[in-house]
Parts: sequence; C-alpha cells; structure tokens
Amino acid sequence: MRRYLLRRVGQAVFVLWAAFTLSFLILYLLPGDAVSAKLASGEAGSSATPEQLAAARAEYGLDSALPVQYLKRLVSALHGDFGRSVATGDDATHMVVTALPPTLAVTGLALLFAVVFGGGSAFLGTFTRFRWLRQALLSLPSLAISLPPFWVGLLLIQFFSFRLRLLPALGTQGFETSILPAITLALPTGAIIGQVLAKSLATQQAEPYAEIAAAKGASRWRVHFGHLLRNAAVPTLTVAGVVAGNLVAGSVITETAFSRDGVGRITAAAVTAQDVPVVQAVIVLAALVFVVLNLIVDLLYPLLDPRIARTPEVARG
Amino acid sequence: MYPLSRARNAAALLALPVLLTACSAAGTEQAADAGPPKPGGTLRLGISSAPDCIDPQQTATNASINVARQLVDSLTDQDPKTGEIKPWLAEKWEINADSTAFTFHLRPGATFSDGSPVDAAAVKTSFDGIKALGTKAQLGYGYLAAYKTSTVVDPRTVRIEFSSPSAQFLQASSTMSLGVLAPAAFKKTPEQRCQGTGLIGSGPFVFESLKQNQEIVLAKRKGYAWGSSLFKHQGEAYLDKIDYKIVPEPGVRTGSLASGQLDAATDIQPVDEPQFKGNGFSENIRPNPGVVFNLHANTTRGVLTDEKVRQAVLKGVDRTEVVNTVLTASYQPATSILGSATPLYDDLSQQLAYDQKGAAALLDGDGWAPGPDGIRVKNGQKLSASVVFSPVFNQNRSVLELVQQQLRKIGFDLRIEQHTTAETTQIQLSGNYDFLWYNVTRADPDILRGQFSTKAGNRSKLTPGNPLDVALDTQSSTVDNAKRKPSADEVQKLIVDHAYAVPVFELTQVVALSSQAHAVDFEASSRLQLFDAWLS
Repeated sequence: MRRYLLRRVGQAVFVLWAAFTLSFLILYLLPGDAVSAKLASGEAGSSATPEQLAAARAEYGLDSALPVQYLKRLVSALHGDFGRSVATGDDATHMVVTALPPTLAVTGLALLFAVVFGGGSAFLGTFTRFRWLRQALLSLPSLAISLPPFWVGLLLIQFFSFRLRLLPALGTQGFETSILPAITLALPTGAIIGQVLAKSLATQQAEPYAEIAAAKGASRWRVHFGHLLRNAAVPTLTVAGVVAGNLVAGSVITETAFSRDGVGRITAAAVTAQDVPVVQAVIVLAALVFVVLNLIVDLLYPLLDPRIARTPEVARG
Repeated sequence: MYPLSRARNAAALLALPVLLTACSAAGTEQAADAGPPKPGGTLRLGISSAPDCIDPQQTATNASINVARQLVDSLTDQDPKTGEIKPWLAEKWEINADSTAFTFHLRPGATFSDGSPVDAAAVKTSFDGIKALGTKAQLGYGYLAAYKTSTVVDPRTVRIEFSSPSAQFLQASSTMSLGVLAPAAFKKTPEQRCQGTGLIGSGPFVFESLKQNQEIVLAKRKGYAWGSSLFKHQGEAYLDKIDYKIVPEPGVRTGSLASGQLDAATDIQPVDEPQFKGNGFSENIRPNPGVVFNLHANTTRGVLTDEKVRQAVLKGVDRTEVVNTVLTASYQPATSILGSATPLYDDLSQQLAYDQKGAAALLDGDGWAPGPDGIRVKNGQKLSASVVFSPVFNQNRSVLELVQQQLRKIGFDLRIEQHTTAETTQIQLSGNYDFLWYNVTRADPDILRGQFSTKAGNRSKLTPGNPLDVALDTQSSTVDNAKRKPSADEVQKLIVDHAYAVPVFELTQVVALSSQAHAVDFEASSRLQLFDAWLS
C-alpha cells in the first residue's frame, strides 16, 4: 500500500512538471509575445517602434535567453509565484486562485448532475424489464454526447432565462447562476459515465456469480445494487476521474456563454494574449486538480477491490 | 441579485403569455412618453469584452475606454459634431506659433475624489506620470512622443512644452488617455491603478468595484460641478451607479437586453440589429472617426509594387455591397482613408466609387492578361496578394470574403490569412505582408501620420522624403484649421490616388437601449459618455 501510494504521488509530481515545461515551450514557440499582443490589443494598433517594444520586453523579463527564463519561472513557480499578467498587471496566481471557486462550484455541481443522470439512466436501463424503457434510457448517452455544449448552453439560456425568466442568464453570484451552466457541462460528462456504467453492468449481469446470487434467493434489486454495481464501479470510477478533468476544460465554453468568471475565461483570454504567467498558472493548477482527482480515484480502488493494492504492477488506465 | 423571487417565478411561469404581452405593451408606452431627465437608478450596461485595465492613462481597448472615460476629466473636450476643441478643466488656452508650447488656464473649484484640488501642480504630475509609463501608456505615449516638460506658471496655469511641433496635442488633451489623475494616484503602481486601486480622478463617476470577467461598478461623484462645456446639463451626473456587465456572447447580450436583465448593450451585431427596431427599444449609432477599415498595401512586395494594380484593387472593391450584404444600414462605406466623423475629413467618394470596368481597363493596359482560371497573369506572375487580419471586429472575415469575391471579378486573387492579434503585430513590425487589414480610432487627422509617415509606422514601406511625408508634417505643425485643412486634404488625396491603402468601410458603434434608458451618448472619439444618461 505504501509503495503504491508513493508511486502514485511521484507520478503526480511528474505530471505537474511536464505540464509546466510543455506549456512554456509551446507558448515560446508561437510567433509574437505578450508585449506585442498587448500593444496590438488597442484600437490604436501598435505605433511603438521596435526599440520601444524591446524596452517593454526587457521590463517583463521576456528578453533573456530561453533556458534562463525557464529556470527563473520554474523556481518562482515552486514558491507559488507565476509572475504578473502582462495583459492586466494583476498577480497571475491571484487571478487564478480567485477564478477557481466559481469554476469549482459549477464543475462540482456538474459532476453531481452527471453522476445522477448518467448513473441513474445506466442503472435503471439495465435494471428495468421494459424493453422500450431500456432502449430509451440506454440511448440517452449517445444523444447527450452529440449535442454541442455551446449550443445547449445558449438554448437553456434562451428558454429558462429569456422566455420563462426562471433563472438568470448572467453572472457568477448565487447558487441559481450555476444551475444552467452545470446542466450544460453535465450532459457530455454524464453521457460518458452512463455509457461506461451501462456497459459494465451488462457485462456483470452475464457473469455466473449474478445467477448464483439470484439462485441463493437474493432479490433482483439486491443483486443489481449490491453485487453488480460494486463490480461495475471500478471502470466507471476510472472514467469519472478523467472526465472530471475535462469538466475544467469545458468551462471555457460555459463561462463564455453564461458570462461567468472562472478559470476557463481567464485561460481563453490569456492564451489569445500569449500571457505566459497566467497560462502557466492555469495549466499547473488544472494539472494539480486533475492529478489530485485521479489520486483520489486510485486510492479508492483498493477499497472497492483489495486485490488492486496487492498487485500494483497490473497495468491500468 | 436576480429580481424574481421563487414564488414569483412560479407565478410568472403560469401567467407567462399574459405577462409577456403586458411587458411589451408597457415598454412601447414609456418610450413614447420619456419625460424630462431625472436623477437616480443604476444603469445595467452589457459590454462585450472584459476591460484589461481601467486606468484611462494606460488603456487602449474600446471596452476599457468606455469605463475609464467616466472616471476622469480632460483639460479640454471635443465637440462630436464639429470636431472643435472646447473648455473642460481648462477655461482657456494659448498656443505658440510653432505649436510647441500649450498654456492652459484651469477653472477654479474642481477637486479630485480624494479632496485634493485640480491645480497646475496636479496636471504636471499627471502628464509627467503618463510620460513615465512609457509604452504602458498605449495611446498617451504616442500623443506625448515629443513631450519635453510641464511648468507650473501659477496654481491655475500650466505650460506644456514639446521638442517638436505637436498640433495634434490640443485634440489629444480632450481624450481620456490624457485625463488628469490625482497626485496620490501615482503613489500606487501602474498595475494597481489598472485594477482600480488608487484610481483617483476628478470625473463625474468614481470607481467602486471590479469583479474580473463579470462586472465593474462606478458610483456618482457627489458634488461634481465642473462638467465639460459640452455636457447637456451641469452639476452631478443623473445615474447613481453604472453597472458594466461583461457579456461576451452577442446572442446572450441582446437576449438579456430584450428580457429586461440589462438596460443597454454595446457592440450590437449586425444580425441582431433588427431585434431592436420599433418595439420599445432604441439604438444609438455613431461611426468611429480615424482610419477606416482598409487594405493597407506594402508597396515593396509582389504585385503591389505596381501602382496600377493597387489602383485597380481600389476601383474593384464595391463598398456599398459590403455594407448592404455583410453589415447593416448603420454602417457607412468608406469615402476617404479617414472616417466621415473625423475633423478635416475630405470626401473622396468619387475616387472610391465602384468601377469594375475601369479596374479591368487599368489592368489590361498594364499587361495583365486573364489566365485559364480567371486570375490575371503577367510574365508568368499571378495577380495575387494576401491580406493579414485578426478577428478584432466580428465581421472581419465575412467582409474580406466578400471583397475577395469582388476582386476575383477583375481577375485579382486575394488570399485571406487570419492571425491572432499578437501575430498580426509581429507581422506588421517585420513588414512581412502584402496587405494589412485594420482600423484605428481617433478624432484627429494626425492619426494618419502614425501609419503612413516614414518616421513612424510606415506601413506602406515608402521611401523617406516623399510628398506624403511632407504633407503629413505640414498638417501636424499647426493647430489653425484654416492652414491645416489644405495639407490634411492633400494627405488623404495622395493616399487614395496612389492607393497606398484601399479604404473599405467605417467601423460603427451600435448601442441598443431599453425603453427605460436614455441619452447613452458618444463623445467625439465614439466612446461612451454617460454623464447625461438617465433612467425613467
């Protein structure tokens, strides 16, 4: 168990470092930089001369050699300091940390909706004896995943906010502003969870132990809920860990459609402006959320199936 | 925050059809009977992008300027109709013969929101501060390129001196970029001011709060009594608060306005405009002054070195069709390289009329013969050039695609290359382009110097000492419009005659208002002026 834990934590640290390094290299390879992006952002266009641009670059530390910049940024990042945003002048870490709560509120709610919708439809779909209901429930994921989230978001706003005036279309304040974006995000995520769970449940249903349990006199409900679901949960949990990371990526879309503040919005803006400090703060933070979630998932496996902790060499996703 | 309670939500749902009709009926009535302006209320204003910085001295994006303008007063103001410079913080001013020294006489009684007086020393601190910002003062830096020093003559008199003639400075003194901040503001770092900390001005509104990517709230300055001579009323502003809500998605912006979650919205897209015509809503429209959207030619590259080719492109663009098909009636076809709202603009619509036959004749005479695919060829070279653009204006791609089709009719192949804004600057600085597509907003003809002078941007890559350089320098050396007009005219004519740039259309600001919102106006640079705005 101890070795298993150490190995997982080691992997997590490597992922964080790789995310930092790759984002640095990619942003460096792009033509242009944050200073020219900022000077071009104005209605005035850039009337600055190359000399003035060079002076501005020096001020933001963009003039030193690539390895020097990389090491400086890496050392500061280890202290939690990602530098100042060239676009807004605000502290990059502060920007991301303040943008995190609204994003987490929506993604958390979305994950809950996804588990309820996806899990519910898969469970009922494999449990019901009605053929038509089974087919209807099990085809829901394919429908949900084929709907473009941006379009779904606008449709929800149009109907629930503009027509029915039940929920606000804009903003980040209050629980009611996170409902519609959470539904938007939950659809594709719930679809994936639902599909994997339904497939696993169906596989488990065909296993001999299911029949034995039923023969021993366990009720259908008890077999399905107590035995099948527990075994089908492992692959579903793995997928849930991965798609939870996707939720953060999906927040770019919902935050734009619903005029919310959040990690997605500042990422989109920072990437356009090639604002390296902000992009790196976001990427490292997103990677952190991702590895922590997957670490939790990994640590949950042994609880579901004790064999997993005893055989750490088994290859898993 | 959201006006409807849960119980009312249910009621609203049940009574929906009735409610909707009632709302729209009420809206129409109020629009017809707005009554005299009254104070009070919060204007909920939807804007399309998040201001990166709200310090007037540092910012250059429209989103930021529309916020920052309300926080500071300028030494002068510019009449949006005539372009004339009028008193604001300065009652009067004198300018020396070669436009290198400007003496402003300040009005008495004006104070910053921290209580300190708006005196000559404060003006000097503010201007020195802008100069010290360097390229961080994106617009001010250009206006003060030749700034030498400010001198406090007496508490109410300040003299601002330049190392070379700077006629444009008088107009620049009316912009919010040179708006005056309190000396205390410069005790904060530029980054802090960007976020609103220490942003102390003497304007009719004061900064209250900023929520990144969500909203910015300004509150009325109590006791404000030194408004511009151009304001419609004197004393305090009408609105208690302005709540700028950042709504990037155009459909949500218009929908929020239509459903009453906003009182006004900026950047209304051409496709959404019909929604706000004659149903209780109103629109306020103003074309931007400055350089119109144009194809700026690099005269040292490929087929564009040939002046006849450039002239053919100029004739081959059907500007009326661009406006009618891709934009709306709110937009105007370009009639000069300068927008029609720019002072000293010269109407060159004759030269810019669509003339497909004339264009073809020019190319025929120049030896460009139609090739097998319809694109003309000469000495094995194809009549082809690319245009570099970034999607700063939503319709840019559609406009360029239409221009591409139009030019195909005269056998010219326009290749469209989209880049990010950062890449576009890089390309522009390196000179590695055929055509650049852009516009620049400023209510002064001197804006052309930045893009065309060989001593500045020189986007056409002309050789120093050419006739355009001479005319650009002449217009920048005097504030006397009677003397300035002939050289400003010459500048515009030279650019169009030689087709250094191909003007296409004028960018326009479109603001939609609910029946409750009134007098959301534009200043001379087509940025929002909310001093006279009010809610019924």
